[in-house]
Amino acid sequence: MAYENPDGIRIGLEIHVQLNKLKTKMFCGCSTDYHNAAPNTHTCPVCLGLPGTLPVLNKKAVEAAIKVGLALEGEIAEETQFHRKNYFYPDLPKGFQITQYDFPIVSKGKVVIEGEDGEHVVGITRAHMEEDPGKLVHIGSIEKSKGVLIDYNRSGMSLIETVTEPDMRSPKEARRFLDKFRNILEYLDVFDGNLEGAMRVDANVSVHWGTRVEIKNISSHKGVERALLYEIMRQKNVIRRGGKIVLETRHFDEGRGVTTSMRTKEEAEDYRYFREPDLMPMRVTDWIPAIKDTLPELPDAKRTRFMEQYGITDMHARSLTSKIMLADFYEGVCAKGVDPKTAATWAADVFLGELNYRDLAISSYDGRTIGFIHAKDPEIENSFKVPDMVELVTLFAEGKVSDRAAVEVIRTILDGTEEKTPSQIIEEKGLFKAEDDLVTKAVAETIAENAAAVQDYLGGAEKSLNFLVGQVMKKTKGTADAKTARELIVKELKG
Amino acid sequence: MITKEDVEHIGWLARIEINEQETVEYMEKLNSVLEYFGQIDELQTEDVTPTYHVAEIYNVFREDMVEECLPQETVLANTENKQDGAFRVPKIG
Repeated sequence: MAYENPDGIRIGLEIHVQLNKLKTKMFCGCSTDYHNAAPNTHTCPVCLGLPGTLPVLNKKAVEAAIKVGLALEGEIAEETQFHRKNYFYPDLPKGFQITQYDFPIVSKGKVVIEGEDGEHVVGITRAHMEEDPGKLVHIGSIEKSKGVLIDYNRSGMSLIETVTEPDMRSPKEARRFLDKFRNILEYLDVFDGNLEGAMRVDANVSVHWGTRVEIKNISSHKGVERALLYEIMRQKNVIRRGGKIVLETRHFDEGRGVTTSMRTKEEAEDYRYFREPDLMPMRVTDWIPAIKDTLPELPDAKRTRFMEQYGITDMHARSLTSKIMLADFYEGVCAKGVDPKTAATWAADVFLGELNYRDLAISSYDGRTIGFIHAKDPEIENSFKVPDMVELVTLFAEGKVSDRAAVEVIRTILDGTEEKTPSQIIEEKGLFKAEDDLVTKAVAETIAENAAAVQDYLGGAEKSLNFLVGQVMKKTKGTADAKTARELIVKELKG
Repeated sequence: MITKEDVEHIGWLARIEINEQETVEYMEKLNSVLEYFGQIDELQTEDVTPTYHVAEIYNVFREDMVEECLPQETVLANTENKQDGAFRVPKIG
């Protein structure tokens, strides 16, 4: 059934993404590897905006923008060029930002997301290239700032700003869009979303098909969803009390989970765009065929192939392809000849679930080892190896470990600091599934030693059965399969 | 026609303080420039493509190769307003 959108919600997004996989900045040879560096150590006269310098465009940045455009099924402009957006703010010392204006490199694309009522198309209005400003750190809070410290390491990083149509109808759809968008960019290998400041989002939202409000500079996908949920509630309350929504820009306070009005600018924004005379226009459509050849298999195509090739469910294929590195890890495991369906369950349900539970974000895969870092503290990192997953899935498939024990192995590896194989862990913790005769013996002993519980169970107290199963598990030190133990007891007592 | 308010607005955008006398003076000067452009505007230019660059050059790029950056001391050498390796500026209103 089609989603009715009862509150008439329209959400549009503007997403700034750093092309942080490039080696150098957009217009100069400064390294992009500044994330753990001291302030103002990755700058030069060009990105410091000193007078008399000449920006020269990084060819790889243009190639990346075309890649993104093609992946979003957009049109690549025949001729495209840069403009100066003039404003005075110390994050860009030269008094303007080099950006694109009326000739963006990409226009009219789309992204298909899993919407409120199945597949939903979100239109991409445009995507253009621009340079990132420097980073400002307020001494004290923004409101009570005593001064501002400026670090220009980020200044001049290549950005792609993507603007969507207001096609999303709920905060959930906005979040799904962002997840999908980030996933596509990571497939293209132009972007590492785990780096600080890699993606910043502005969201436009209106209710009852009314006036839109813009929420600026939200830094996480979860933040976008929360900001939108709050803002929609606020707008509905204003309207219910007979008030009017005014066109304004609001700031999202992550800590308090609320949006607050930013002081309305006394003067209307007036950027006086004009063509950037230092940069020549580009005609790059003849690059398209070669770039098309380098495009990887994208998430939707990979998902379909996984279902066909490995016979796994849509749900498993969806989670496994939600991260390129996880998809590659899964294929690495399957390539070793294990059953793909069993491997999918362990990789998509258990493994991914345990990662999420620990707030670990997948950050690398080298063909053998998948690495992760803690979402809030990149210092915490760990990894998991393909051969270990292969071994575990095989042991499980052969019935040598119970599913409970296999989960225990995954947890031990994720929480451990020493390198140990699943067999070693199983050995050390005595997790091998008990031999059947051992279980049978334990069942016989349990029945003999617990006459009262047996009587209760035969008298109709189902709870006593749980007690008896517990005794068997205790005798076998947890290595028995609980289901088997239960069946054996019932068979013994009731025939 | 450029008004006094326009001149004040332009002054604000450029963060230049302009006094009353200067405002009138700039208004007159800017209007005479505008008038001159008005004369050019009378020419028939429908079939002429605009010239944005005198040289017809396209596609000027550099390779993605890392070059040396400036040392932090050099970057901050020309300012007295620094703190912890960063430029320090007043609160921005």
